[in-house]
Amino acid sequence: MRVVKQKLIMVLTGTLVLLVSNVCFGTGIPDRITIDSIQKYYDGVSFNHAAHINNLKDCGLCHHNTTGAQVSDPNCVRCHKNSGAQAVVSCKGCHAAEPFTSEALKRQRDQHPPIFHMDKVGLKGAYHLSCVGCHKKMDGPTGCQDCHKRNDSGDRIFHSGAYTPKTADKP
Amino acid sequence: MIDRRDFLKGCLACSVTAASVGVVGKNAFAAGSFEGYPDAMGVLVDLTRCVGCRSCEAACNNEQKLPDPDLPFDDKSVFLEQRRTTPKAYTVVNKYEVADKDTLFRKIQCNHCNEPACLTSCFVNAYTKTKEGAVIYNSKVCVGCRNCMIACPFNIPAYSYSSPTNPLIKKCIFCYDTRVKYGRPPACVEICPQQVMTFGRRSDLIEMGHERIKNDPAKYVNKLYGEKEVGGTSWMYLSSVDLDKVGLDNHMQKEPIISNVKDFLGMVPMVLSIWPALFTGIHLLSTKNKGEHGDHDHKEGDQQ
Repeated sequence: MRVVKQKLIMVLTGTLVLLVSNVCFGTGIPDRITIDSIQKYYDGVSFNHAAHINNLKDCGLCHHNTTGAQVSDPNCVRCHKNSGAQAVVSCKGCHAAEPFTSEALKRQRDQHPPIFHMDKVGLKGAYHLSCVGCHKKMDGPTGCQDCHKRNDSGDRIFHSGAYTPKTADKP
Repeated sequence: MIDRRDFLKGCLACSVTAASVGVVGKNAFAAGSFEGYPDAMGVLVDLTRCVGCRSCEAACNNEQKLPDPDLPFDDKSVFLEQRRTTPKAYTVVNKYEVADKDTLFRKIQCNHCNEPACLTSCFVNAYTKTKEGAVIYNSKVCVGCRNCMIACPFNIPAYSYSSPTNPLIKKCIFCYDTRVKYGRPPACVEICPQQVMTFGRRSDLIEMGHERIKNDPAKYVNKLYGEKEVGGTSWMYLSSVDLDKVGLDNHMQKEPIISNVKDFLGMVPMVLSIWPALFTGIHLLSTKNKGEHGDHDHKEGDQQ
């Protein structure tokens, strides 16, 4: 009985380890991330983090050096060759949701040393430049509504859906 | 009556004055070229990032409370032709098929020149270059002469021809009234998903633009369009292809448009003040003898 119990525990643990290792070595890494902090005209995105990790393997493609991955960009290497894993890994931890307010611009300008991070894109730019750039190369979805559905206020400013102009002769 | 000697003296004095006025005038105008306000804002447009989603057009329409568009802003059929700005659309995105590399898109709007040709061409002073960098206009004083439309090197100001009672010039004002005045970015910049546009102090953006080219020389052509063109513009462009291929004139003059006529316009006051005196002198001299001769003729006539 005890042996059976031990075996059962081992099998369960094994399965768990297998499942978890599938998703980048375990703890603290979310399988699914809801990106909704900057939604305005579109619904949030339920981002399948696990699938992207499985497909890409290289965390550094999106997270630069912050996960401890080796960076390949020669400009990044100059400072971040041995930076190691950082406390802040999430996109919104570094990329400002509102990058062009007077305060944000001042912060960006006054940083030390005032070099490469001067030109750090905002959160929305970071998401789209990373996602769309890679999706173009890897034949992923690139249409706006392939990833996030436009909501009512989006339809209103795009004059689309229920707000399509009456003059528009659409077949 | 003046005699010949006095007249020649007068002429000499006049020409000396004219020459000195000319020299002073020229110096004054040369010093008058304007490099832009030191803290003026600008936008760096990176054409390599644009995916042609037309969100900027939608945001502009919404922010400026423009009339409904003819087609929804997600309709991609508009890319079949090259569009320009209209009274209903202060910004439009055009598609450019670039031979060796793939498709590029470029958003067209007012580039907010440091020394705007529209402003200098306007005789009622409707235009203002604000210290924030925006080129705005006062529609209340606009008389609808459309000089600015001819003057603009980028073909931007549009005219509301369809309004029979109050036709006006319409163009992008950098969202000055609602946003830039309060230190917020224009609506198009804020909505852009790809951060094609970077809003910031123009001097910082110039640095940033050159830095991007330096860090990825394979990606960009070595040109920050708008840094020098027509005396510098607040909106500047980075591109992966020659800018001629995306509808920007790569051979645009570096001097502001007003420089083309500054020398001529500088002469106008001189001509107005000196020529009357000069030609009055010539007239008096040339009619002095003629008058006597005429009298003589008259007398002769009387005798007959």
